[in-house]
Amino acid sequence: MAATLPPPRLLPSGDSAVTVEFSRTIDDDANQRVLALDKALVASPIDGITETVPTYRSLLVHYDPGKIGFDALGEKLLPIAIQPPPPVTKARRWRIPVAYGGEHGIDLEDVAKALNTTPDDIIARHAGGDYKVAMIGFTPGWSYLSGLDKSLHMSRRQNPRLLTPAGTISIGGVQAGIQCLAAPSGWHLLGRTPVRTYQLHRNPTFLTEPGDRVTFFAIDHKTFEELDRAAEAGELVAEQVAA
Amino acid sequence: MSRLVVASIGPASSVQDGGRHGAQRYGLTVSGAMDRLSLAAANTLVGNAPLAAAVEIGPFGAAFTARDGAVRVAISGAPRNADVAGSPVAMDSSVTLKDGETLTLGFARGGAFTYLAIEGGITGELVFGSLAVNARAGLGSPYPRPLQAGDEFSVDAASGAPEMRIELPKPVSGPIRVLLGPQDDEFDDANKALFLNSEWKISATSDRMGYRLQGPAIKHLYGHNIVSDGTVNGSIQVPGNGAPIALMMDRGTSGGYPKIATVITADVGRLAQTSAGTAFRFKAVSMAEAQDEARKFAQAIRSLPDRLRSSDTVALNIEALSDANVAGHAVNAVDAGTWQVTAEP
Repeated sequence: MAATLPPPRLLPSGDSAVTVEFSRTIDDDANQRVLALDKALVASPIDGITETVPTYRSLLVHYDPGKIGFDALGEKLLPIAIQPPPPVTKARRWRIPVAYGGEHGIDLEDVAKALNTTPDDIIARHAGGDYKVAMIGFTPGWSYLSGLDKSLHMSRRQNPRLLTPAGTISIGGVQAGIQCLAAPSGWHLLGRTPVRTYQLHRNPTFLTEPGDRVTFFAIDHKTFEELDRAAEAGELVAEQVAA
Repeated sequence: MSRLVVASIGPASSVQDGGRHGAQRYGLTVSGAMDRLSLAAANTLVGNAPLAAAVEIGPFGAAFTARDGAVRVAISGAPRNADVAGSPVAMDSSVTLKDGETLTLGFARGGAFTYLAIEGGITGELVFGSLAVNARAGLGSPYPRPLQAGDEFSVDAASGAPEMRIELPKPVSGPIRVLLGPQDDEFDDANKALFLNSEWKISATSDRMGYRLQGPAIKHLYGHNIVSDGTVNGSIQVPGNGAPIALMMDRGTSGGYPKIATVITADVGRLAQTSAGTAFRFKAVSMAEAQDEARKFAQAIRSLPDRLRSSDTVALNIEALSDANVAGHAVNAVDAGTWQVTAEP
């Protein structure tokens, strides 16, 4: 497991941030260590660190060079980074409703054709998955999920779309995603969720955290409309279930 | 309370401050002023905190009118013609607009962004401690979008404080300094050298999210896709077509292209102020030098109040101002008898 990974590398990202890189590929062990380092830095803060950004395979550590230099920070970070990650004890688990196909999932039919199966089968495989929020990035609340069924791995669209709707549920490469805001995307659109992973005046503003677990369940398009109104009014709509 | 009304304004103008920090882990963009030193100078002139919210004015002209009382403002950043009722206003100085008076700003002459700070600051709803506008995410306050004619700010009535000018540190010139990495090992030595030894221009399609660089195509060693990785202000990523993009304040928090280099903190504002079409170069520096410059840059912002001078100690040199404008040069109108050509980066 973790022992198979090489030691993390410290890559300067300018003079005020350092990338602690655990892997160059998407790797769940690496992601586990990214999240563990992130958690460790919250538990025992290093003076001078201003913000951390976990990704699939690296932790970007923003810091103030007026408080700590690159070398001194590296000396403090590395011993924590090489620790084997503790086993995950409790992750929050979300059940996310999805209206698949039709206007909400305009690529569902094409994905089914490309994979030589039926739309219902694609829905079953996608909703049957158990996912982890590996990272959040690009735009507010865009949750990148690991754990996509291998049979659904497919390359991204040749021509990315300039705009895809808020709430889009899509797959691309080995990844699945929950998109919150309208954004450009080259992924395949399977459906749409009424859940807002980011909503400014709601508490919490952000629904998901890196490390959370996610499953999906299908809803019809009429239910989507109802839940969408409730979500617009500030309800979470997503169900939190015991881990 | 007074009001400051936007009488006219071009595109790419918005409210910006020191940026929105603490939620990059949720994909929330930092945003904030493209040129922090100029933001800080404008704010310092009217007694605001250095990174308080101000109006970031894009390359086009703008005009602001005081209503319901006097409003004290200050301008710094990309030089432009500025006047109140025909009387010129120098860059890097404050001016009080009487009720009904309008401050008119021309196009930027060299540079891109000028900052208009308002005494007492701009009020609005803070999100993660910031009013900074990110138009794509619909974030920012009081207007979560680029400013338009007719927008207005409720502001403090002018205090009657004497007008000030500020003597900014000597502008840095020469190449834009970078640190190689974090993915410089995705490029061979020849392509790193090509990046560092070539002349670059910023494309006209650039914006607050990224500056597209025109020059030779940079080739990757292993292809242009990497697994998404965090970004910082000044990250220079190289997409598939080989044309680098310098990520600026509205950047996404993560990206999937290799980043060959990162602009040092002290030079991000200089890059931001480089006009489209102006040729410039990059230069690699050491971590020690970059961090030293970052500390000096922070110190320069902290020490701005020491650089304030009373405006009435010099007379405006209208003739020099006029000559310079005809010749298309920037002029320091508060230093009587002297004028300077806009620094080329």
